[in-house]
Amino acid sequence: MQYKMKLTPEEEGILNGSQGEVMAKVMKTLVLYGDAFGAERFVPVVGKGHLVTSFGLSVLQPVFDIMDELIGAGLKVEESFTADPRPIDYANVKCNLIEKLIFNKMMYGAQDPYEAQLHKLGLKGDDAFTCASYLSEVGNVPGKGDILSWAESSAVVYANSVLGARCNRNSGIIELFGSILGKVPEFDLLTDEGRKAKWIIEVKTTKKPEAQILGSAIGMKVMEDVPFIKGLDQWIGTELNEATKGYLKDMGAATASNGAVGLYHVENLTPEAVELGDALIREDAKVYVIDDAELQRVKNGYPNIWKDPNAKPERVFIGCPHLTFTQLGEWADRFEAELKAQGKTKVALNVVMTAAPGVLAHFKQDNKAGYDKLIAAGIKLTSICPLMYMNNPLCGKKAVVTNSNKLRTYTTARYFTDAEITTIAVKGEI
Amino acid sequence: MSKVFKGRPVVAGTIQGKEAVVSHQGVNTLASFQKSALFKKKQVICSDQNNPDLYQKNLTDKVICLPKTIGSTTGGMVLYSVCAMGIAPCAMLFSEPIDSLAAAGVILSDVWVKDKTIVAVDNLGDAFLDYVKDGMKITVDEDGTVTVD
Repeated sequence: MQYKMKLTPEEEGILNGSQGEVMAKVMKTLVLYGDAFGAERFVPVVGKGHLVTSFGLSVLQPVFDIMDELIGAGLKVEESFTADPRPIDYANVKCNLIEKLIFNKMMYGAQDPYEAQLHKLGLKGDDAFTCASYLSEVGNVPGKGDILSWAESSAVVYANSVLGARCNRNSGIIELFGSILGKVPEFDLLTDEGRKAKWIIEVKTTKKPEAQILGSAIGMKVMEDVPFIKGLDQWIGTELNEATKGYLKDMGAATASNGAVGLYHVENLTPEAVELGDALIREDAKVYVIDDAELQRVKNGYPNIWKDPNAKPERVFIGCPHLTFTQLGEWADRFEAELKAQGKTKVALNVVMTAAPGVLAHFKQDNKAGYDKLIAAGIKLTSICPLMYMNNPLCGKKAVVTNSNKLRTYTTARYFTDAEITTIAVKGEI
Repeated sequence: MSKVFKGRPVVAGTIQGKEAVVSHQGVNTLASFQKSALFKKKQVICSDQNNPDLYQKNLTDKVICLPKTIGSTTGGMVLYSVCAMGIAPCAMLFSEPIDSLAAAGVILSDVWVKDKTIVAVDNLGDAFLDYVKDGMKITVDEDGTVTVD
């Protein structure tokens, strides 16, 4: 094959079959991928991988065929990997018989054999299923400057922006191939130039912006470009503490799903912005001013695509991306206060909160009071992916409300702010 | 009257007189292909309600003309899967530089699917997307030359 990347003799050998035919195809895929983006060389990845594909969706049989080829050739990820959340948890996210039939027979019928494939390829463990793989409880925390081979847009944007790691917005399968090879083609967000901002975002609000709407506004404006956000530190501070990280996680997921942002910088806060400041901004950067009116305009633009736009909500999803330990505690306090204000002891709707298995275990152990508050209020805790739940055509028709702008973007769920959704969940209506 | 545009072949190949389907906004791969693939249809009818240009149109064996793809990072493997299932578009012609998800999809199809491929040409420019309309006949050459009739 003809290619432009400069390969080492070892890499060229792999391409020519020194490690077998299947590994040669893995290498060929990555070389063509690198060539498409002008990469000149491969760079080694550091640490564990993260896969976007965690679901045994029957329609992805061609993907399972590739997995079988890899396994058959004895290939695996030596450093192990985490993966996105599982799709279903009938104990905590109830489904009727027909919904279960669709999940089990039509959609996720390949879940068990697929998980067996993941284990053979190097899955970190049975509790490694979460989109928030970068949390300490999960054990896949990259360091600043680490080169990653990850997919899952919310994880990539967090690792790049908050942790200062370096990862492109890879597609499923490509991220697995990079982890197996232990190298990725160097381009875009892996380079200093690719990490420079094409946009300056000036936050000029009169109060702390709702993370999910701010991220949505930024994503819709800059699409895949890198934004440098000024003025946000006045509302969330200059310390990367647990509360701030939770805010940035949610804001970033919205930038990545409402647009295609893979990296953002926050002045005086995120690692590269602290280190390099305005030197991260390209000379031709455009400016986008966000004030209260702009955030309201963006929020008002979200369509209501429920089958019955005036339906009473049935289910509430909180935790897309998965919640942190600190956020679970904040939600426990928020619901406690709202129940007290409305004179109630339990929420009126089916409220589901999602977090990584390790985070839920940590929460149950180290914030027992908070855990008990949520359980006593009738709230369900689970580690599924709400998106995959709503991919079921029947579940997708339900009147679901969420505080996640990512879930809103990909499903029929309606978005409400944290405060609004707390009130709705307790009151039982909008 | 024919009009010719020159782009960069990402996955080179030839297409002769195939029908164009045009999206002026980014194409959400997962949202567009998932429903037809899920129900194992013989053709992909676009299911993305947020894309008025493509919604409910047949995409199988068509030439999709678009700026880029958007959406979930599952996008590449969805494209690869529909190619393996034999229900993919025959070509994707991008007015902008190809994005990482679409590139993954067409390259995975090229390397891992036997006897089928999705021809991909990028950098065709805004003038291409302004000119091409649904139903026009598209011819693509190995070198990335696109002729619109």
